Amino acid sequence: MKIAVLSGKGGTGKTMVSVNLACAAANSVYIDCDVEEPNGHLFLKPENPQTQTVFKSLPTFDDEKCTGCRKCVDFCRFNALAYLKGKHKVFEDVCHFCGGCALVCPENAVGEARVPVGEVVHGMHNNTMCITGRLNIGEGSGTPVVKAALDAGFAENRTTIIDCPPGSGCSVLESVEDVDYCIIVAEPTAFGLHNMQMVHQLTALMKKPCGIVINKETSPYEPLEEYCKMRRLPILMRIPYKEDYARLCAAGEILCEKDEQAKAMFAELLDMIGGAAK
Amino acid sequence: MIIAIPLDENRADVCPVFGRAPFYLFHNTENDTTEILENPAAQAEGGAGIKAAQFIVDSNADTLVTPRCGENSAEVLKLAEIAIYKSEGNDAMANLAAMKDGKLQPLTRFHAGYHGIH
Repeated sequence: MKIAVLSGKGGTGKTMVSVNLACAAANSVYIDCDVEEPNGHLFLKPENPQTQTVFKSLPTFDDEKCTGCRKCVDFCRFNALAYLKGKHKVFEDVCHFCGGCALVCPENAVGEARVPVGEVVHGMHNNTMCITGRLNIGEGSGTPVVKAALDAGFAENRTTIIDCPPGSGCSVLESVEDVDYCIIVAEPTAFGLHNMQMVHQLTALMKKPCGIVINKETSPYEPLEEYCKMRRLPILMRIPYKEDYARLCAAGEILCEKDEQAKAMFAELLDMIGGAAK
Repeated sequence: MIIAIPLDENRADVCPVFGRAPFYLFHNTENDTTEILENPAAQAEGGAGIKAAQFIVDSNADTLVTPRCGENSAEVLKLAEIAIYKSEGNDAMANLAAMKDGKLQPLTRFHAGYHGIH
């Protein structure tokens, strides 16, 4: 089973929920797709980390074969190509590496240059495999690294927990595409509700089954309760605001390895959505 | 010489943006003709500035008069050796006259674009 953990903004507790779910499952792989600032490894502290470089493919042009027909320029819906004075200009940050320009070229004049954009790191935390995608600083698009991290994780045939990037942009879409279930982590505040709605719109559009985990709850926030009720969105779990939890997380500890109540809570969450608990 | 100016919907005012301007005015100083063409990049999902600049290049313009211009557009225009001047005020025809009289200053600052999320 593949479970995506999402939130509309950073700091709601995606990583905390993901890491705990992964540790509550019997045979799991945790994939950190928050490639701009992956932090699950701070909790899982994977042993024997193995690193692989991730590349993006930018088009190159053979000026001798090119006849200047500009099919490639016209094809690119991102407008990443210009054709000036008989030469192509590639805008690297605009290119989405789709390879379409090479496909439409009748002269076979388009080649590819592999440019490193980040890395994927594998390691083990007890029985849990930890896979971290990390984008190089200054890179415009995290999608190639998200793809590489997901491919590495899906190859493992374990219960898969995906720690998604915050928000509802391209790299989130990429992370959610192949999952069986989406967990949205939300804070019980007006801001939390607004951001949760944005992500819920995305998961609804992608027709994914979805449930809510409310984190840092002191008392129910009525507009959030109302929204979930109206949309028949199940509230799977309520994590109370506790200083003990905050202290453990700040120390890089995994709640369900330190607190029996938390362990039971996460096992129950996994059970509710059909994953296998230890 | 062909001078290009981004135009607003009313086809008379200079458009405050370059890449997504609805129209461009092209004035040929040699035969004193002016034509207004739709910008094919106005509704582009992304990379509007690049596509718009390519359109200016393909229209054989030598000079662009615009209030502002993004970095990517500027890169295309510079590679094609198109001179970029800063417009003054809203009136496109007044800017055209000022350009012909050599009263406009070159545009030297280019913004980072209003790009969407990747």
